[in-house]
Amino acid sequence: MNGARALWATLASHGVSTVFGYPGGAIMPVYDALTYYPEVRHVLTRHEQGAAHAAEGWAKATGEIGVCMATSGPGATNLVTGLADAMLDSVPLLAITGNVASHLMGTDAFQEADITGITLPITKHNYVVRDVQDLPRIVAEAIRIARSGRPGPVLVDIPKDIQLAPYHGEIPVPHARPEIPAPSQDAIDRALELIRAAQRPVIMVGGGSLDAAAEVTALARAWDIPVITTLMGLGAFPNSDPLWLGMPGMHGSVAANRAISEADVLIGIGLRFDDRVTGRVNGFAPKASIIHVELDAAEIGKIIRTHVPVRGDAKVAAQMLAQGASPLDRPEWKAQLEEWKSRTQLPDHWGAGYAVKSVVDRLRPDDILSSDVGQHQMLAAQLARFEKPRRWINSGGLGTMGFGFPAAIGAGMAEPGVRSVVIAGDGGFQMTAQELATLKMYDVRNVKICIINNSFLGMVRQWQEMFHGKRYSEVWLGDSNPDFIKLADAYGVPGYRASSAEDLPAAIDAWLADPNSALLEVVVPHEHAVFPMVPAGAALYEMLETEPARTPQPEMAEVAEEARNA
Amino acid sequence: MTQATIPHQREPNPEQLLSILVRDEPRVLTRITALFGRRGYNIKSLSVGSTEHPGVSRMTIVVSGDRGVVEQAIRQLEKLHDVVRIIDHSLEKYVDRELVLVKVAITPENRVEVRQIAEDFRSRIVDVGRHALTFEVTGDEGKLTAFIEQMRPFGILETMRTGRIALTRGSNADIPGHVYHGETQALRPAVQIEQPREERAREVPNLF
Ligand SMILES: Cc1ncc(C[n+]2csc(CCOP(=O)(O)OP(=O)(O)O)c2C)c(N)n1
Repeated sequence: MNGARALWATLASHGVSTVFGYPGGAIMPVYDALTYYPEVRHVLTRHEQGAAHAAEGWAKATGEIGVCMATSGPGATNLVTGLADAMLDSVPLLAITGNVASHLMGTDAFQEADITGITLPITKHNYVVRDVQDLPRIVAEAIRIARSGRPGPVLVDIPKDIQLAPYHGEIPVPHARPEIPAPSQDAIDRALELIRAAQRPVIMVGGGSLDAAAEVTALARAWDIPVITTLMGLGAFPNSDPLWLGMPGMHGSVAANRAISEADVLIGIGLRFDDRVTGRVNGFAPKASIIHVELDAAEIGKIIRTHVPVRGDAKVAAQMLAQGASPLDRPEWKAQLEEWKSRTQLPDHWGAGYAVKSVVDRLRPDDILSSDVGQHQMLAAQLARFEKPRRWINSGGLGTMGFGFPAAIGAGMAEPGVRSVVIAGDGGFQMTAQELATLKMYDVRNVKICIINNSFLGMVRQWQEMFHGKRYSEVWLGDSNPDFIKLADAYGVPGYRASSAEDLPAAIDAWLADPNSALLEVVVPHEHAVFPMVPAGAALYEMLETEPARTPQPEMAEVAEEARNA
Repeated sequence: MTQATIPHQREPNPEQLLSILVRDEPRVLTRITALFGRRGYNIKSLSVGSTEHPGVSRMTIVVSGDRGVVEQAIRQLEKLHDVVRIIDHSLEKYVDRELVLVKVAITPENRVEVRQIAEDFRSRIVDVGRHALTFEVTGDEGKLTAFIEQMRPFGILETMRTGRIALTRGSNADIPGHVYHGETQALRPAVQIEQPREERAREVPNLF
């Protein structure tokens, strides 16, 4: 057995069933060895970035490790965006890269890149395998590191000669998952003291509580405390529950942002107080004592002063905090929250928001919804209703355009029985559109692509509109966008289109009813802004609840002209 | 004229002294310094050397910044897989030393005086030239700085300082647990394996 075969054997022994990748000279022994492991499916994406995001989509949907691989040099550097994305969103990801032969490393050999050096700050850990006898245990260790504690990406770089060298040892079995430390009773007691005395408590949950959704829900209901779910935490609390206040932050709901600003106790669970969530930090939760439940000690007190740090497993902490709970009787607070909730404005006239709402309203609770990055992402986050965790997949931390579509493929392949719907912008979709070929090649049938086509890099345009005097610099796509239906057709993927509120329902029906993966292009008005919005640098309580009065929408030609002249 | 005004007389930037025990693997130094660099913590001095345990190196880092900076740095360091243990010296008594080499310009007139100052500092002469003497001094930071200031009027040609190194005082058993970060986790071997192969297993012994 050579190193390459030992690699597949180790992956297989760890239950890895699918690997997303792209071959090349420096990883050919691994691809050769693949032919001996029919139990592992390799998915050939059309770009390594697609492979990394697909592996992320797999991991985000299942909670299990996603695996991607690439050759040395350009292949490896194409994984970089996906690794950075996984790092910021705490996604368990294993990246395997080939490298030039050991004796060539460091000589600027053909297709050599110092990928461990490049990915040092965007991986949880990385390795270069220097001896084939270390290879399987390094891979096993890498998987353990990626999955344990706060999950993240780990890269293993394997020089070509190591892939070919004979391996004589055993194939390692998976490490037991290390126990996550339970919070100290003392910290819990201090937290409980605050909660009991609270007049205006709120719970805010992030991506770190997705696997503690049941416990968090029980905790909130036991104390009768309202819940805010961050962009990453959507799904950790059922949105149909009257206690749900929505999403906080830059495009958060009125209720969530006002509740944070007025709360006297804020219980943060499994989150890191990203600046898109907090707004201006010294204006965040100005009246609240903060209880922060978090596994990663480095996140406690990093951004926001914490009154009661609770370090440990969100699941266990939520259980401990729920013990002996009795509903807090805070009628004034509840009445205030209801008033804020009533200010939610649902889109009622034709536009991107209307289109996104029409699509997400058709989702079933099991459906996976992915999004790309931009206005459509914020609209989807605001308008979709999640009842379960791990049904919402997006790039929260890095905000990676091009993420959504390949992530939806990964999620769809992980769960072939459910619909994997992705909402993308016309800009971001084109960053990874070539993955349409992946759908075709593997006959993936459950991926439903919805492109919200506003002919603009919408989110940037919104900022230009609001903060740069409407000078639309380099954001107009309208003249150069492809015919998305024809593009899909070229890859053998059926396409549907709607351009008005009247056309939309029938188009959605046909798109979802199509037995294949299919694409729906929704052509929407060019200028549409996402509100509420907390302008950059402002505090949450300075949010703009609705769009300020604006000039009437110019004709398309005018918009294009303006964009060209900008 | 009275006392000359000193330009930029401000509060000295507080500094923090950390020892970090790391697994002796490629890129460890980069990983650690990159962590400090990325988060904008300025390293004032850094020295690295081997320890009494094979496979474990020890770094002494002086960071400028207040307590908040070190505390955050420690938490970030704890997450690195290569980091075995972190010792926050500000929480305990410690001894620290630094070595400096100073090359001083010499004339026949000042030779005796320079040697006398060096003797007062218990400094050794490590190189004798016709126009220069090179001194070696060890001590804490204050002593080295004082030595350099004494020599400055004669004309310093070159200096090199090693950066500080530090150890906690007393036997380690007396040291309260909170000084050591990451103590609860047993020292991990470089790569964990199910059945360590005798000849290769890089078991790291228990340090304390
Ligand atoms: C890779 C990458 N490049 C640039 C950006 C900056 N950016 C954020 S949103 C956005 C516009 C996205 O436009 P589109 O995909 O059409 O979606 P829309 O906002 O119109 O819904 C851009 C350019 C980014 N997030 N990612």
